[in-house]
Amino acid sequence: MTTDAMTSTATSTVPKRSRASRVERTTTLGSSLLLIGIAAAFSVPLLWVILASLNPQASLSVEWPAEAGLDNYRGVLNTETTYRPIWNSLLLCGGGTIITMICAALAAYPLSRFSSRAKRPFLLTIIFATGLPITALMIPVYALFVRVNLIDSMLGAVLFLSASSLPYAIFLMKGFMDGVPKELEESAWTEGAGTLRALWAIVLPLMRPGTAVVTMLTFAKMWGDFFVPFMLLLSPEKLPASVSLYTFSSQYGQVQYGQLAAFSVLYTLPVVLLYLVLGRRLRDGFVAQGGLKG
Amino acid sequence: MATATTSAQSAKPRPHIRWSRGMPMLPTLVILLLFLAGPVLYSVYLAFTNRALRGEGASETSFVGLDNFTQAFDTSAFWNSFTLTIIFTLVSGVIGQTVLGMALALLLRRAPSWVQAITGAVVVGAWIVPEVVAGYLWYTFLSEDGSLNNILDLLHLPSQDWLISAPIIAVSFANIWRGTAFAMLTFSAALAQISPELEESAQIDGAGPIRRFWSITLPLLRRAMMTALMLITLQTLSVFGLIYVMTGGGPSAQSQTLPLYMYEQAFSYGQLGYGTAIALLLLGIGGIAALAYLRVLPKEDKE
Repeated sequence: MTTDAMTSTATSTVPKRSRASRVERTTTLGSSLLLIGIAAAFSVPLLWVILASLNPQASLSVEWPAEAGLDNYRGVLNTETTYRPIWNSLLLCGGGTIITMICAALAAYPLSRFSSRAKRPFLLTIIFATGLPITALMIPVYALFVRVNLIDSMLGAVLFLSASSLPYAIFLMKGFMDGVPKELEESAWTEGAGTLRALWAIVLPLMRPGTAVVTMLTFAKMWGDFFVPFMLLLSPEKLPASVSLYTFSSQYGQVQYGQLAAFSVLYTLPVVLLYLVLGRRLRDGFVAQGGLKG
Repeated sequence: MATATTSAQSAKPRPHIRWSRGMPMLPTLVILLLFLAGPVLYSVYLAFTNRALRGEGASETSFVGLDNFTQAFDTSAFWNSFTLTIIFTLVSGVIGQTVLGMALALLLRRAPSWVQAITGAVVVGAWIVPEVVAGYLWYTFLSEDGSLNNILDLLHLPSQDWLISAPIIAVSFANIWRGTAFAMLTFSAALAQISPELEESAQIDGAGPIRRFWSITLPLLRRAMMTALMLITLQTLSVFGLIYVMTGGGPSAQSQTLPLYMYEQAFSYGQLGYGTAIALLLLGIGGIAALAYLRVLPKEDKE
């Protein structure tokens, strides 16, 4: 992931003198051991979910399955438990991500290309909205949605998810767009291409890695979100995986930890795959947000 | 679309042309106004009413002035939640995630690539796990028959039910586990942008690693630090699902941070107006934190 760049900085700092390089080697060994220790500590909770999902007699503790098998997965792979919640999650997060990305690309363009007196206040508002604790909005949003009859509506949930992820997406998109030289579209304009055409045909293709990062972060955040669908959706057949996982224990009376783990793995898998596909580019997103620039 | 085209071709910056340049922002503005600014404004109204899900405030909503706020400031449960929120934010966000994330970013620079790959994968893995899954993972890890107690048994150390004996610390550790990757990635990206010559010349001048960190690396990282601290603080203030799954705020409100208190008041007791007042206070705390970080930034960085 961040490996390439960090290796290059690490090698370039190694001094040439041998005494210093021995010190350097000791620090390398020390920091490696420390890192392995931290990684081991971090991985214990993750180990539980993987081992317990394969263990028909799973308990609360990490243990090697006596007879490993896919029974837990077979137990949860049905419409009620897995397929429908995952499908609902895909609808919610897919819809939300599409709306967010279209709006963010459109909004970032004028912010990146034109200057206006309204730009700075708008950017500052966006930066503040980026950090708005969405949790604090859920009670008023619930009350508002009751008023306008949007409770238990997938569309309502999708639109609110889009609104809550838009500020960060715009902020990142603008950062990536600033990196695309303006001269490229200016030549397109003289040939008669409109703003949207220039954005679609010239700017967006040049910032594809950046767009991929923003799309992934937006989708992953929505996929994991619990409070928004928990508050805004009521019908069991509309609940996404995040909420159905929470109701998992109450559904069966006695908690079947193996099945809970198996469903957790299935629910986590899409974001892990997405991350593996785009992981290398993730670093760009963090460079882009390296400082809040208005 | 047609107006946008003409504006791009025209070189004269007339007011109505400026407006049409901003046209692509329209969908964003509509969504943000309806679904983000709307609820914020509505919460300002709602916080001054006695709106409820049932009972008196349900049939007829009336203004109650500052009653909700005075009620909050007079209630020990509110102050309990307020204190727990500050502890949770400081321990897990400001100190835990930031220090551990910075330590990881610094250590990773010198580590061989296979160590970088393993550590990066595990730490980022904890970050991408959905909130509810993370809640269950830590519930099993810390519960009475959980992994931590098994490890402690092996080491002949006393075990206990951590979710009952130290609930706020338990949820804080879970949040550190979940959020450290964000700090690590931000600081790694910022460190990669610092030219290595600066540190090398300081090293030749005889500055030790600690001196180099304080005098060179840290000042150069200040901007990234403030950005990360602000985002981490606001993020930690609004953690709900993780705590809700792990402890539900209990036992006896010992891990009930403001979001959980707000939820309980609004839904278990049906007091929407009061719950919204708590939400508004939470937004206020977030706003104060954000302003504080922006103030600490040096002037030239704000441009």
